[in-house]
Amino acid sequence: MKLYEYEARQLFTEFGIPVNKWILARDIREVIEKSSGLSFPLVVKAQVLVGGRGKAGGVKIVRDKDELKSAAEKILQMRIKDEPVDSVIVAEAVDIKKELYLSIILDKSQRAPLILASTEGGVDIEEVAKSDPSKIIRIRVDPFVGVRDYIVRKIENFLKVRNINKILNGLYGVFTKYECELAEINPLAITPDDQLIAIDAKVLVDDSSIFRNTRFKDRKTPEFSYYEEIARKFGFSYVEQEGDIGIIGNGAGLTMTTMDLVQYFGGKPANFLDIGGGANSEIMYNALSILLEQERIKGVFINILGGITRCDEVASGIIKAIKDKGITKPIVVRMIGTNEELGKRMLKEVGIDTFDDMENAAKQIVSLIYNK
Amino acid sequence: MGILVDSNTKVLVQGITGKQGSFHTKQMLEYGTKILAGVTPGKKGENVHGIPVFDNVSEALEVFPEINASIIFVPAPFVADAVYEAIDAGIKLIVIISERVPIHDSLKFINYARYKGCTIIGPNCPGIVTPPNTKLGIMPNNLFKTGNIGIISRSGTLTYEVAFRLLKGSLGISTAVGIGGDPIIGTDFIEMYDLFLKDKLTSAVVVIGEIGGDMEERLADYYSKLKNKKPIVAFIAGKSAPEGKRMGHAGAIISMGIGSAASKIEKFKEAGIPVADRPDEIPLLLKSILSR
Repeated sequence: MKLYEYEARQLFTEFGIPVNKWILARDIREVIEKSSGLSFPLVVKAQVLVGGRGKAGGVKIVRDKDELKSAAEKILQMRIKDEPVDSVIVAEAVDIKKELYLSIILDKSQRAPLILASTEGGVDIEEVAKSDPSKIIRIRVDPFVGVRDYIVRKIENFLKVRNINKILNGLYGVFTKYECELAEINPLAITPDDQLIAIDAKVLVDDSSIFRNTRFKDRKTPEFSYYEEIARKFGFSYVEQEGDIGIIGNGAGLTMTTMDLVQYFGGKPANFLDIGGGANSEIMYNALSILLEQERIKGVFINILGGITRCDEVASGIIKAIKDKGITKPIVVRMIGTNEELGKRMLKEVGIDTFDDMENAAKQIVSLIYNK
Repeated sequence: MGILVDSNTKVLVQGITGKQGSFHTKQMLEYGTKILAGVTPGKKGENVHGIPVFDNVSEALEVFPEINASIIFVPAPFVADAVYEAIDAGIKLIVIISERVPIHDSLKFINYARYKGCTIIGPNCPGIVTPPNTKLGIMPNNLFKTGNIGIISRSGTLTYEVAFRLLKGSLGISTAVGIGGDPIIGTDFIEMYDLFLKDKLTSAVVVIGEIGGDMEERLADYYSKLKNKKPIVAFIAGKSAPEGKRMGHAGAIISMGIGSAASKIEKFKEAGIPVADRPDEIPLLLKSILSR
């Protein structure tokens, strides 16, 4: 789960990381009222979860009240990559001598938190990693040992700063307390009087930790679309795509491969929908209903490899969904495994094609949809 | 032969009285796995499909000191505790089936296991199967027959799919390992491949990767530098996946340009590893390599 910048800033403040003075506002009235205590120049920043808000015009520097009003009005009406801007941060612009980069990530290969620090801040760290890797230092942190002074000294020597202890420990505190996948300060500014200040904040929290993380438990997740929200309530992994062939599979790898095959044969997958292991009739009914309701979806390819999932259960869910929704879109089913014969017979009775292998099934759905 | 587990593996099931634990205990027993005991706190004295249940791991080991592996089915919030208990009791191989384990829990117990010389497979994995009779996992019994092909996979059902293709293509399996779909997992492709290199039964390895992370890329680098190697056939899921979206598995996300299927496929090809476009090509590629 990605946090808004303002949420991440709140965490930073709680953990003693200095940030430039800021306020959060949800409408223009709040912008004017709350920013009265700030001194110009100010920065107005759209609060969205998608990346690239700067390039999209979602960040503006303003020098007086009029500029502030017009910039804030404009940004609050924006949609950035389809995401409506519901709020803005107004922050004091900081005099910057140099911009640095500091983050803690979960390093998959080292299976540990990894501190990344760079003398090149304010830019995409991936670009720095490609163009000049010597400007990045990476230090593995043993989760049972934490950030020790020798690590702080190493980072300070590399960045040529002297006062990063509190910030680094604060960031590690956020990272561990809120079970983050990423806690990032980019840029970390050095002011003319050599103070270090975080002027942006990015935090990704591990979704699987939310159950015990009361702070974010009931947080709304605007990343999700209408159908994504419904799918989430049913416990499905569901991701929307731009195409027109609906996809249902059991297991993430198999479902991805189902999408890949549709694309391979010239079709466009409309979604990823993994019903998980051991799905019964009701689960299949819910999954198929979500796809059948969507007008953009012209047909559905269901790919089930039944181990603990029983093919007859799957078949009865499919049949019920079609009857209830009264929708006649082409449906192609590939199913093998437990109770395969029974499942196939049930589907054949209602006129649905079934296949043993997914290549032929993928070809079939593509030809049904596009008359290829 | 095969890797990690064989008919000498004596198994403990943690979370044996739960729905998943009980169902798969039955399946594993039917496959021929030697399960000696189960653990569920508070359920001492019960039995599940004839397997005695204990309150904790050390009690089970007092009665069955020959236990040398554990498989964990407990719900995600309790996985860390179960893993520490098994490690502290001296078990050296732990398979974690449970999904949605908090990553920071995995991070810690995986490091702890390494200090203690314990191998962890998973979390969020289908387990390990060495045909014909040893399975610490949840894969369908009928698809895994003995042969000389090793499988290493980040996926569950896609592993079964490949096993099904091999079966249809009259190829058998030495050992199949599902290493798990989480961002942080106990054991990676390189470590598994190394074990297959040492295994006399295995003549080639199928690697089933997917988008996210750089485990496939690292294997490709490692492979291209090796002098004595066994051939690999690779398959990558997620060629049609968009950037920035998690495709079911917590680890399956293309983020900041890293982890795309295209990058993985390119790396494999550069290393001289053939990559199947479709699952049905895997047995054909294997046969052409093995006949050389």
